Amino acid sequence: MEVLKIATAGSVDDGKSTLIGRLLYDTKSLTDDKLEAIERNSKKKGYDYLDFSLATDGLVAEREQGITIDVAHIYFSTKKKSYIIADTPGHVEYTRNMVTGASQAQASIILIDARKGVIEQTYRHFFINNLLRVKHVIVAVNKMDLVDYDQQIFENIKADFEKLNAQSSYDEQQITFIPISALKGDNVAKKTNTMSWYEGVSVLDYLEDLKPEYDELTAARFPVQTVIRPKKDEFHDYRGYAGKIYGSSLKVGDAVTVLPSLTSSKIKTIEFFDKHYEEAVAGSSVSITLEDDINVTRGDVLVKSDEVPQSSKTLKAAVCWMDGKALVLGAKYEIQHNSNRILAKIDSIEGIIATDYSGEDTSKNQLSLNEIGKVNFKLSKNLFYDNYADNKAGGSFILIDTQSNTTAGVGFIG
Amino acid sequence: MSKILKTNALESEAIYIFREVVAQFENPVLLFSGGKDSITLVRLAQKAFYPGKIPFPLLHVDTGHNFPETIEFRDRLVEELGLNLIVRNVQDAIDAGKVTEETGKYSSRNMLQTTTLLDAIEEFKFDACIGGARRDEEKARAKERIFSVRDDFGQWDEKNQRPELFDLLNGKIEIGQNVRVFPISNWTELDVWSYIEQEQIEIPSIYFSHKRKTFVRDGLIWSASKYVYREEDEEVLERIVRFRTVGDMTCTAAVESEADTIERIVSEIKVSTISERGARIDDKRSEAAMEKRKQQGYF
Repeated sequence: MEVLKIATAGSVDDGKSTLIGRLLYDTKSLTDDKLEAIERNSKKKGYDYLDFSLATDGLVAEREQGITIDVAHIYFSTKKKSYIIADTPGHVEYTRNMVTGASQAQASIILIDARKGVIEQTYRHFFINNLLRVKHVIVAVNKMDLVDYDQQIFENIKADFEKLNAQSSYDEQQITFIPISALKGDNVAKKTNTMSWYEGVSVLDYLEDLKPEYDELTAARFPVQTVIRPKKDEFHDYRGYAGKIYGSSLKVGDAVTVLPSLTSSKIKTIEFFDKHYEEAVAGSSVSITLEDDINVTRGDVLVKSDEVPQSSKTLKAAVCWMDGKALVLGAKYEIQHNSNRILAKIDSIEGIIATDYSGEDTSKNQLSLNEIGKVNFKLSKNLFYDNYADNKAGGSFILIDTQSNTTAGVGFIG
Repeated sequence: MSKILKTNALESEAIYIFREVVAQFENPVLLFSGGKDSITLVRLAQKAFYPGKIPFPLLHVDTGHNFPETIEFRDRLVEELGLNLIVRNVQDAIDAGKVTEETGKYSSRNMLQTTTLLDAIEEFKFDACIGGARRDEEKARAKERIFSVRDDFGQWDEKNQRPELFDLLNGKIEIGQNVRVFPISNWTELDVWSYIEQEQIEIPSIYFSHKRKTFVRDGLIWSASKYVYREEDEEVLERIVRFRTVGDMTCTAAVESEADTIERIVSEIKVSTISERGARIDDKRSEAAMEKRKQQGYF
């Protein structure tokens, strides 16, 4: 079945959990025992409504403190699609969590409280959707029931958001505004008659019709994860390059170049389990064999010979920092770019980017937790890469702390 | 030939994860329980490394209270696919005095498995343990990473997990640490069953409707067995049941069902109003039962 990954973002109390709960409830994805548990716990807390956050806050500390600490994954499905929602907390460490959620997402829902309108948090949520280039953004104006379903309020918020959008550098982003009441179920899973002035579709109908597979058609990239060499007589000289295809499809007969060695060959076979295919689309995990016996190992990338990307021993990237230990000038980190790891040194920090579109702070020489900065790296080896704006797979990397081994940050090249 | 491959996104993701495990770790192992999720993992691993063999062993932590059908099935699968199976027994940890058998009405060896698992990890120096846990199963599991780092006591630090971005999995660890890997994190119960149907994967007979001697306690249907404590007034009746999830006899409840084929199971799950782990006695111990077990090294 088709899978759609969505990230949700919203501030505290703007009804994100209620929206997710409503989607689960209206698609009949909540089983009786889970629903009963929610009812029981809502009553215990003295609420007179169902607190759906109880379905998503999985950790004891979250339930105790009534906050969401970590990204939660929520699953529901319709006849048409399976949905995976990465529910990212609105306050504590929101940047780290939102960036994580958005990196997986094909679409994103930004919630706005109709009574409050566009606030600073909205700026930040939208900024991250810009930076990560999430193609489809639904701006859900929630709690319309509390403003008498007033069209003018919705239109004003829409106009404010459009002003914000004018500052975005991602022109191809598709933004859709939907007035909803998550509590009452208006325009969430289905359209209701409370807002006859609204001519668009419900949130779920919009998601059902999305075709995200056509979004990212760009140069094909095939990072080699491992080489399959069966020690069996019938496959004596077999060398299958195992990996996942990004960007666009690969075909048998395609002339390919291996990065970084720049040796060339042609695709001989594309295999998936015990079957051979003429072509495989982006997103497929396959094995590829080549016409020529050349040296290919993990970390190498196969690209079409007329689509070889740029290479350099320096790198410029927007970095979102995710570790308590700040990124500092001169420090060394390991960069994981596709299946390749190389050492990198922080050469300079051009500035910290304000996530509310208010500009850059160029006075700092370190990048702290939840900050996003423009960073220049010196690399220990030549690296072939894409700009993130052109190619997500070839243009993103994580930074690994060489002492703690933790994933300390993420970079978007360009 | 002349076909265009359009893979299933979840299958592709799982295969990608398996290949990362083999590339990033020296000594991985697949935790095999004989349940449908670990059987699905075996199929995915087969696909990930074809035409090569599955390049890691299977580890079964046997509580000694398993359904005999599960064990028979396990041995047949291993034989057919030429897999390397390691079995470690909870009984050995009990005999060595490392753990004490629980007593009483709800006694189970489920919690005791953790010690045996951690001992096996140490014995074989496994650095990655691949498991069939899914995020939709249980609320603590919803917070799991795909690569979940454990310290040398097997503990899960749920408040300090590595962020996972795009497809970039970071499996770097120190000696003594290990990583729990969950390739089907993003699958739901229905996804697993649909896949079993699509791939025509064989599963143990206890998943299908059958007659079984059972008794009812706390609204759940328990198997009548010498391993399961039963009060005198808990009446044993033969019921038509099947299992939706398979742990050992002491922690898994049956559901009444007539579904005797995969197709009928899939249709049953589509309309089911009870969640899968609703039949897990081990989860009912408390609201945070799973989170606590995970912190101690359970998978």
